[in-house]
Amino acid sequence: MAIQMEFRGVTKISGPLVFVEGISDVGYNELVEIRTSDGDMRRGRVLEVSKGIAVVEVFEGTTGLSTTDTSIKFLGKPLMLPVSDDMLGRVFNGTGEPIDGGPTPFTEDYRDVNGLPMNPFSRDYPNEFIQTGISAIDGMDTLVRGQKLPLFSGSGLPHNLIATQVARQATIPGEETSFAVVFVAMGIKHDEASFFKRSFEESGALKNSSLFLNLADDPPVERLLTPRCALTLAEYLAFERDIHVLVILTDMTNYAEALRETSAAREEVPSRKGYPGYMYSDFASIYERAGRIKGKKGSITQMPVLTMPNDDITHPIPDLTGYITEGQIVIDSDLHRRGIYPPINILPSLSRLMKDGIGKGKTREDHGPVASQLYSAYARSQDLRQLSAIIGEEGLTDKDRAYLRFGDAFEQRFLSQRFDENRDLETTLSLAWEMLSLLPESELTRISDRFVKQYYRPK
Amino acid sequence: MVMGIKGKIRRISGPVVVAEKVSGLEMHELVMVGKDELIGEVVRVEGDSATVQVYEDTVGLKPGEKVLGSGMPLAVELGPGLLMGIFDGVQRPLEVIQRLTGDFIKRGIKTPALPREKEWHFVPKLKEGEVVSGGEIMGTVQETPIFEHRCLVPPDVKGKVVSVAKEGDYTVEDIICQVSSEKGMLELKMYHKWPVREPRPYMERLEPSEPLITGQRIIDTFFPVAKGGAVAIPGGFGTGKTITSHQLAAWSNAEVIVYIGCGERGNEMTEVLLTFPEWKDPKSGRPLMERTVLIANTSNMPVSAREASVYTGITIAEYFRDMGYNVAIMADSTSRWAEALREISGRLEEMPAEEGYPSYLSSRLGEFYERAGRVKTMGGGVGSVTLIGAVSPPGGDFSEPVTVHTKRFVRCFWALDSALASMRHYPAINWLTSYSEYIDYVESWWNRLTSNRWRSQRLKAMEILKREDELKEVIRLVGSEALPEQEKLVLETARLLREGFLQQNAYDPIDTYSSPEKQFVLLDAILNFHDAASAAISKGVPASKIVDMPQLTDLAKLRMAIENERIDEIKKFSEALSAEVKKLTEVKF
Ligand SMILES: Nc1ncnc2c1ncn2[C@@H]1O[C@H](COP(=O)(O)OP(=O)(O)OP(=O)(O)O)[C@@H](O)[C@H]1O
Ligand SMILES: [Mg+2]
Repeated sequence: MAIQMEFRGVTKISGPLVFVEGISDVGYNELVEIRTSDGDMRRGRVLEVSKGIAVVEVFEGTTGLSTTDTSIKFLGKPLMLPVSDDMLGRVFNGTGEPIDGGPTPFTEDYRDVNGLPMNPFSRDYPNEFIQTGISAIDGMDTLVRGQKLPLFSGSGLPHNLIATQVARQATIPGEETSFAVVFVAMGIKHDEASFFKRSFEESGALKNSSLFLNLADDPPVERLLTPRCALTLAEYLAFERDIHVLVILTDMTNYAEALRETSAAREEVPSRKGYPGYMYSDFASIYERAGRIKGKKGSITQMPVLTMPNDDITHPIPDLTGYITEGQIVIDSDLHRRGIYPPINILPSLSRLMKDGIGKGKTREDHGPVASQLYSAYARSQDLRQLSAIIGEEGLTDKDRAYLRFGDAFEQRFLSQRFDENRDLETTLSLAWEMLSLLPESELTRISDRFVKQYYRPK
Repeated sequence: MVMGIKGKIRRISGPVVVAEKVSGLEMHELVMVGKDELIGEVVRVEGDSATVQVYEDTVGLKPGEKVLGSGMPLAVELGPGLLMGIFDGVQRPLEVIQRLTGDFIKRGIKTPALPREKEWHFVPKLKEGEVVSGGEIMGTVQETPIFEHRCLVPPDVKGKVVSVAKEGDYTVEDIICQVSSEKGMLELKMYHKWPVREPRPYMERLEPSEPLITGQRIIDTFFPVAKGGAVAIPGGFGTGKTITSHQLAAWSNAEVIVYIGCGERGNEMTEVLLTFPEWKDPKSGRPLMERTVLIANTSNMPVSAREASVYTGITIAEYFRDMGYNVAIMADSTSRWAEALREISGRLEEMPAEEGYPSYLSSRLGEFYERAGRVKTMGGGVGSVTLIGAVSPPGGDFSEPVTVHTKRFVRCFWALDSALASMRHYPAINWLTSYSEYIDYVESWWNRLTSNRWRSQRLKAMEILKREDELKEVIRLVGSEALPEQEKLVLETARLLREGFLQQNAYDPIDTYSSPEKQFVLLDAILNFHDAASAAISKGVPASKIVDMPQLTDLAKLRMAIENERIDEIKKFSEALSAEVKKLTEVKF
């Protein structure tokens, strides 16, 4: 262990950065304690180091720091999070300190919050169906254990409601234990945070959850650490404690803003829309911490939430997320305006791992074909809805009208459900067949005859 | 290897480390940095300071720590033991790393790429007294049941064989051949090293002549790539770059596959690792893994090793080419490589050009794609490297720098289309914006198979698809009912082409691989229907009567219903359908 040295040579402060001269034996990316004359203590990390000078990024921001009476201590190690399963049932701030008034949790181990890359050779392929109780997800874009599947949303849409519903209801049918939830709030408002806390408490899920809260008025640099602290705990729970962990990260857009802000403060060359060129790798260092490992019982499933600026899916935040995650669930403002909850637009949504988690022996043999038929029928109904807006419903054929009816029913009965309604997969699939039974049998071209015989029941 | 202290660290910024007081460090030299001896590569030398790109996380590295030189550039080990392996971007074997450090990759691991303890059965091809030069075959090793590894004399060796090992079992470190040369006595092993940034030499470049058959209909029939060609697959997220690359790795008729996961998902490498040992090569019936090398530098692994991974991969591919094999290499995704280049360039404080990329982006891309090709090897054989690069344009916008520059260096372009993907039309290769400049080269191969009808049928189908696109504009204005009857037929045939030919489900056991014969018979079936229907319409049959025929649903499904071995049934179906269509002319409407 290196000797922890204190230095006083702060020569310059700029944005969140502090420049310290006259240092020695300081390592790249190590943790720093910054103390002001009035005893205030902040933390930071070494962003760049050369002989005799270190650039330190202060997590809590530099407001109130001065070059004259600030002392700096280099801790000789990166930010470590104390971890244990004692941390379930607790609420922490953005760097993992308890803020629920409870005692300091017992510590089993200290872990570097940056984690280490999982060896691709060690990974096990995610293929176990998770029942979220939400028909649009279970039926159409199934989540599997170890997947990273984000919610692409917009401001004012009920993504938080959907995320908590998933957190509350997620189970593996046939298994006793449910998920431990690691909930990561980044830059969200106080009332949103209390909504989450309350809903975790009310549902009794809190005892099996850990909440990491970095709020809108918390410093942006700290926001960059919050998901890393939370995922460090998740990895410990999953791979040392055999627990299945569901990690909800909200809102990645705030995280990305913090990334942009600190990058600008560091005077880095920006890439698209001012976001740093390394945002893809940075996102990946969060999202890739989902998964399963061969021979380990636990797993990490991630559901990141992001709000698309101007509903633009090509904006760098959703775009780079989509390039890393295994699909996306898109929340739609039009469905929301029409009062449909959850307003999930299945057309741009996709779960890339669905095919491996459904079907015979996993969900039901007809699940895949049914989803595919629903998808194409709904797509068709949407086209026809547009057409009939132009030419009027009279101009449509009987078959077309059946599609329109199907489309409405699909939205009103299949998609729509209550916030506290937990549908098992059988219910979801029988609803699906009710919808398909609104179409003429000859239209069910994606489903083999034997399933049609078994389930198709036209009125 | 001469290892010695060649400097001290002055500054650390991410993966970029500046060393001072260096003596004798060379550009591109492999170095060990700090007390953990992290591996890195010299990327700039200036006076007595050198800049090093470190291939591992630099956390905790301190100014003043040592920098060790190796006296040689970043190189890969080439010899038996590559196939069935999975390596990181600088060729460290991930399976061994797992044994050494567990499920998460720790830093400072030193382990050779090729297994040292494993014995291979070597059969000599050289005789004492023979004069040999680089690229000749010293002997062979049956590396996997389907692959004969030809141990090559390293490219820079020339001399007289003094001794050759007898047939028997040897490790890669055993000396199997001694050559007396101008440089003195050389002791050759079954493997040698080659610097990754230097293309391996060959005798001469040859024109491409044969298609790389991929079993993917839209590729082989419409936008073929020749063995030795270079292709780009650009597309926004979720459009199918990875699935297409996996399909090519699985089904292409190359003898060796090198698959580079460059800055992409860990699970995708796992998928290959799990499925390839299960899937069987259509020709040999052996697991696909037995001809495959995987390079995995996933998005959460160090970004500078990502930069190196494409060079590691292409050098391995060239090595197999030099044995006289046809090699196909997939790089998914070259954009992540370009971004790694950008990130390191930023740390080097170079002047950025477009969108922050360094000004040498284009030349690096050019150099990389130039390493594809069909060649006469140093040993006198013929081999090829076909290079398939995925491109991930931000926002799916093809006017961004990586796509634009890549286009200049490839002759085949499979443009993936977000609109098609969101309609679940897979593979989402847009038939109007994709192109291949290899058609002239592969035509004669296809003509032999199709009694010279390939090119004209292909063209005819393409014309129908183009016409459909034009008609779509018209329909938007006047509706489809107003179209002439023949045009209505064009719409129906185009639908059949899209659904019954262009679409191909990678997860369907039958549809996933379409033999060239099946491809042509399917195309023929759709076009024969078109001809019969067109004739019927000119005799007064209304298009609607034809379009409503229930057989057309079956025609669109033949691709999934009939295996490659049973294509006669497609022919029979087609004849019967034409007869049915003809019968309609006998009915009064
Ligand atoms: N030929 C195909 N057959 C069936 N499904 C396909 C095919 N091609 C693509 N898909 C579907 O599209 C999804 C996305 O494909 P893929 O992972 O290859 O996209 P990508 O272009 O590599 O995306 P990213 O840039 O995010 O890596 C797949 O999970 C699969 O569901
Ligand atoms: Mg991909």
